[in-house]
Amino acid sequence: MPKVILRRQGDGSLTCYVPKKDLEGKVASLEFNEDDRWGGRMVLEDGTALFIEPMKAPPIFPVEMRVSRG
Amino acid sequence: MSALTREKAEGLIEEVLSAYPESLRDERKKHLMVNDPSLEQSKKCITSNRKSQPGVMTARGCAYAGSKGVVWGPVKDMIHLSHGPVGCGQYSRAGRRNYYVGYTGVNTFGTMNFTSDFQEKDVVFGGDKKLAKIIDEMEMLFPLNKGISVQSECPVGLIGDDIEAVTKKSSAAIGKPVVPVRCEGFRGVSQSLGHHIANDTIRDFILERELDEKFSTSPYDVAIIGDYNIGGDAWSSRILLEEMGLRVVAQWSGDGTLAEMKRTPKVKMNLLHCYRSMNYISRHMESKYGIPWFEYNFFGPTKIAESLRAIAGHFDDRIKEGAEKVIAKYQPMVDAVNAQYLPRLKGKKVMLYVGGLRPRHVVGAYEDLGMEVVGTGYEFGHNDDYDRTIKEMGDATLIYDDVTELELEHFVTKIRPDLVGAGIKEKYVYQKMGIPFRQMHSWDYSGPYHGYDGYAIFARDVDMTVNNPCWKNMQAPWKRS
Repeated sequence: MPKVILRRQGDGSLTCYVPKKDLEGKVASLEFNEDDRWGGRMVLEDGTALFIEPMKAPPIFPVEMRVSRG
Repeated sequence: MSALTREKAEGLIEEVLSAYPESLRDERKKHLMVNDPSLEQSKKCITSNRKSQPGVMTARGCAYAGSKGVVWGPVKDMIHLSHGPVGCGQYSRAGRRNYYVGYTGVNTFGTMNFTSDFQEKDVVFGGDKKLAKIIDEMEMLFPLNKGISVQSECPVGLIGDDIEAVTKKSSAAIGKPVVPVRCEGFRGVSQSLGHHIANDTIRDFILERELDEKFSTSPYDVAIIGDYNIGGDAWSSRILLEEMGLRVVAQWSGDGTLAEMKRTPKVKMNLLHCYRSMNYISRHMESKYGIPWFEYNFFGPTKIAESLRAIAGHFDDRIKEGAEKVIAKYQPMVDAVNAQYLPRLKGKKVMLYVGGLRPRHVVGAYEDLGMEVVGTGYEFGHNDDYDRTIKEMGDATLIYDDVTELELEHFVTKIRPDLVGAGIKEKYVYQKMGIPFRQMHSWDYSGPYHGYDGYAIFARDVDMTVNNPCWKNMQAPWKRS
């Protein structure tokens, strides 16, 4: 269950930072990215897959959260 | 036109690795790479932030160096106590040239060495009583200090002293923040962990407890984060930001004060120069106070103009106009510098091996002078540093992580660059080999190098080193014939 920080870049894309690994990567895909459902399987640019427990609404960025391996 | 081809660079790496025993060879192989700017992620080609191998010479420092020497040390109106034996504090005292204004020993303490001077009995019986006594004594002798940080050295962690309890009690007694920093040198693989620990203590003991609620804000408030004012760097950066209309309310931590740190959570934007040492606190302030942070680069006119425009892009038209005015104002000065030095420096090759932000940030400044950086590396960089470096460096250049003396010497003798920029441990080795060298940790006792004013000094210094006639006279006259 790594802790990650998600932040929105100037161009609207999401980046994911994993402090323990110094991994900073753009989010390539996110399973649910709608106003009423947000989260699910998230794949980073380099292929790392993580899973965010789906929530009812998108969080306010930047946000620190625990995710599991996808 | 590159000085190295991919084959040649790969050959160099193979050659140097062949000197190692097999197990070490496999480990070191992961830390050396030939650059390919089209790569997006560094982690498949280079491994970083790993323990240095026994038996090789490394230029790295320790966690105490990262905390006392880099992050906490320059906070000028606090006393930073080197808690432990006397050497760590004494040998790192004032070496980093973090300039500041103030009366040393009265209201500022930057170049002084405070230490608890551990003796055998303190190690045997514990140093907590001594620490409490020292804090009282410092408060009595230097009443204008704004706070105290206790920077632990190795023995304090080894014997398990409870500095947190002592500082908590002392802090209540003297009514000032007393920050216990658990930055014992044996923690982590390099000074990088010291930066992180120091950032975390600033978060826990300053930002969480000591906010300046009365501070009146403006829409143009920014903080300079990760500029340590080496040779006056932060000052030559600050004037550019102020000229374009921003209000710099805090400098972290070169020439910085505790009051500035306390009001930083009220700024509109954190401008981050040294990503490596202060990204932690910037990320914290972003998630807790919603302050965006932005990485900028004030080395060399191209990068300065780029950064000023990008910073202005986050503010309104007044600032955008201001940025253009600043760039236009300094352009004649840049042209004069280039006219003088470009013909003398064009086409020269540079190799770098420093720490923090410089291995990638200064590349632009050398390119502005017509020089080419053929190799670069970090003492203590992490993956995210190398991600950024790959884009800055040209194709088929060397990138080395935590390079050993053997490797760097081999690369330098084979490539014969016109300038090497690294630390004091390398300086005299290369100068004796007849290779122009500058100590790029504290700008070889010169500076500032940030900003437009710094660029002029940088160009002069590089020219002074590269074109110095002494390099032709390295051979004794009687051996010359």
